[in-house]
Amino acid sequence: MSKIAIVGVGQTTCTRSKIDTFEEMVFEAASKALADAGAEVGDIDNVVTVSNDFWDGRTISSMAVQEAAGSWGKDVSTVEGDGTFGVLYGMMRALSGSFDTTLVVSHMKGSESIMNLITNAMFDPIYQRGLGIDATSAAALQARCYMDMSGATEEDFARVSVKNHGNAKNNPYAQLPMKISVGDVMASRKIAEPLKLFDCSPIGDGAAAVVLSNKKGLKRFKKDPVWIQGVAHCSDSFTLGYRDLAKSRALKEAARKAYKMAGIKKPLKDLDVAELYDAYSYMELMWYEGLGFAPEGKGYELIRENVTGMKGDLPVNPSGGVISSHPVFVAGMVRLIEATLQVRGEAGKRQVKGAKTALAHGINGPCGQAHCVYVVGA
Amino acid sequence: MGKRVAIVGFGQTYQRSSRKDVNGVELINEAVVTALAEAELTIRDIDAIVIGNMDHFEGINYVDMWSAEGSGAVMKPVIKVCTGGTTGTTVAMCAYYHVASGMFDRVLAIGWEKNSESDTTGAIITAFHPVWERPTLGGAVAGLAIEASKYMHNYGATERDGARVAVRERLHALNNPYAHLHQEWMKGIPPEKLVDLIVGSEQNAMLAYPLRMSDMCPRTDGAAAVIFAAEGKAEKIAPVPAWVHATANRHNFVYAGDVDMDRNTTIAEAAKAVFKKAKIKEPLKEIDVCELYLPYSYAGLKWIEDIGFCAYGEGPRLLWDGVTDMDGELPINPSGGVMSSNAIGATALIRVGEAALQVMGKAGARQVKGGDVNFAFATGFGGCYWGDIMLLGKKKPA
Amino acid sequence: MTDRKDNIQNMVYSGRIKVPYLWNVGKTGSRFLVAIRDNKEIWGTKCPGCGRVYVPPVKSCGDCFVPTEEWVKVGDTGVLESFTVVHYEHEMQPRKAPLAYGLIKLDGADGAILHLIGDTDFAKLKTGMKVKAVFAEKREGTIADIKHFTPA
Repeated sequence: MSKIAIVGVGQTTCTRSKIDTFEEMVFEAASKALADAGAEVGDIDNVVTVSNDFWDGRTISSMAVQEAAGSWGKDVSTVEGDGTFGVLYGMMRALSGSFDTTLVVSHMKGSESIMNLITNAMFDPIYQRGLGIDATSAAALQARCYMDMSGATEEDFARVSVKNHGNAKNNPYAQLPMKISVGDVMASRKIAEPLKLFDCSPIGDGAAAVVLSNKKGLKRFKKDPVWIQGVAHCSDSFTLGYRDLAKSRALKEAARKAYKMAGIKKPLKDLDVAELYDAYSYMELMWYEGLGFAPEGKGYELIRENVTGMKGDLPVNPSGGVISSHPVFVAGMVRLIEATLQVRGEAGKRQVKGAKTALAHGINGPCGQAHCVYVVGA
Repeated sequence: MGKRVAIVGFGQTYQRSSRKDVNGVELINEAVVTALAEAELTIRDIDAIVIGNMDHFEGINYVDMWSAEGSGAVMKPVIKVCTGGTTGTTVAMCAYYHVASGMFDRVLAIGWEKNSESDTTGAIITAFHPVWERPTLGGAVAGLAIEASKYMHNYGATERDGARVAVRERLHALNNPYAHLHQEWMKGIPPEKLVDLIVGSEQNAMLAYPLRMSDMCPRTDGAAAVIFAAEGKAEKIAPVPAWVHATANRHNFVYAGDVDMDRNTTIAEAAKAVFKKAKIKEPLKEIDVCELYLPYSYAGLKWIEDIGFCAYGEGPRLLWDGVTDMDGELPINPSGGVMSSNAIGATALIRVGEAALQVMGKAGARQVKGGDVNFAFATGFGGCYWGDIMLLGKKKPA
Repeated sequence: MTDRKDNIQNMVYSGRIKVPYLWNVGKTGSRFLVAIRDNKEIWGTKCPGCGRVYVPPVKSCGDCFVPTEEWVKVGDTGVLESFTVVHYEHEMQPRKAPLAYGLIKLDGADGAILHLIGDTDFAKLKTGMKVKAVFAEKREGTIADIKHFTPA
């Protein structure tokens, strides 16, 4: 692949509740990304914003942020889905021949709404919504399916939480850096069994932006490019009971295509670091399997043997992951930003030494229905 | 760099005020199945899907995920794009960029809405800022009424001029079996007489001066699907593909109060960009047919000036001279347009699909110029006077 | 120089989006709900492609993308494929916490139906248990016409 590069990244901190409005957060993230790229808004040919009408409490959620995103007088569009999908669309536009550079910016204020009601609204109004199902109770159903299939235990899930919250202490942007133990997780308040408080990601506010460029546009920027070597997305069925929740065939398919583009043959060996979308602790283990880090049903081996810890063969979520910071829709873009920082060697205290090839992953829909996988490298 | 892209298929459901026999997912499936049949493809031939609608009209969050089983998105790449009223063209452009990027060869664009399932005005008001605008806003009609008043004030246009646009749209719809409004009583009556009847009618309620019921678009349930394909593949699918020559958009305004009510500067800017790319110097001469997103009548006078088909203030003359009728030099909205059918998420996509049918020579009773259509111009509108444009052509772009 | 915003009271407005909805169930779903309401019977549709029986029924199969016109009656008993006991509350829940959800594979259906689990000690729930539908006394043609599932 290697035709589109990430030349600028910017993120706000993720906190429980920001006073900033959507526009202010978007402006902050976009400005940071431009500054990072050594560019100005005039260097951007087109813009893609990422937001969701329900979360924002606004039909046409994109309208609030058009000016803050720098789209005045430019072609602009809006993806409603995780930031990883937004960046993919921005990438297509920079490959199309119509534009050389794209700014993609996403925002989310989880603090301004009631998460359970917003995610309840993603379920079918006829058969599911009235039962009161929401993202967390659905995730809990998936977690149990996965436990039954794989033999992973609640302690294995807890290990993910411990690792990631601990990693978050090195990330100045993360909302919940915490030094906790497996015992702490197991003793934390029951949310929806088997998920406990520390198995779940927090609600928070944040924004992030990425500047993309094709080869022609590179000269406008000062930052060394990080190339998107492979990317793919795929969605599974929607209705919870219609697909095997314990296995992520959509992720397998997306990973297969992204790896093929990037020439990745043995993910555990060929990748130096990975940033995955662990909205809930158990998900990280499932995604190990979908991404081919571990065979089906054996994801727990990696966490038990510390293969995915900071000192392991393939550190996963050095940033602290989504379980430490979850501005929905922004979090996937942040995974890509973190992967980019790793490849650049700019990840500060969370840097994985010598990282040259990184994986970033985002999900969309209930129980990880859809996935987007990136492989980025120098 | 960048592949040439053409539209090779278009399917739509019959647009009705209320489709009680299907839920949203099934409605989407209908449009997709129709489009695939039109193009003689199966879902397996589709490499990626793009879908859009306005969330609060059906109250479904994450629509692309919810509709996966009906849209064909199971085990396929799918994304959702949404920009309010311009969603349909946003979806079309997204599908276009999917293919132009070289990453996907055949992409399905889906737009839909079940306006019958909610309070449209109630939902539209939520598009505006909850603190500064929502408490006082009168919905879409009031905003458009202000524009109409200003236009009449600036150029001396009259209610009759506005009505002449409505008459054109509704007469054209009579040739379109898919359109929502079929005002059969209009058949055979000359346009001037129809304008008299409309303007003089007591039953034609005034909603917000100068806009009456007849000046507005209906609320509709409908879905549409358009298939885009890459050069090398498009020619094998359609005998006459509709090539995308240029596409551009501008979504400049954020607050309703910031909008320039004198001229529609966003559609004007987008049009300039499109004409520049396609090297069009005399739009009225070189464009053969238009499918313009006109949500209300006066837009049909004013926005054709903003786009550049005629000088400011000349819009009414074009209408009354018959230039924009089916047998005129620049037929506008042979489908009947948005004023005859408005399933909001689908509407702008249908403009693109209808324009494609004109180029492909497949528009049946609403075909213009005996099929000799070189360039077809489609637009989308929504949000705060946002403008989207897609220009389709019979010849492969250079 | 200080920012003149520094000492301003931060205003917070609360609001709700209240848009009423009328969701059309469609003919397929209507037939399913009417059968539950009137006869306490659960029906699914079968895909001619992959042979799967969907409950709730679908008009077309998502995987095969073909119409599913054959109706199959399934049992009102089944196997609990997954469950969760929820300890938090929100407005959309039909009953107070703790409440339980399950994915139930009905006898004769493929895939599972999402529903509530009730009338049982949640601590004793296990995947693989046999469960039975309990129908509501007053049925109105919604998914709540099945009151919940309970261990059989």
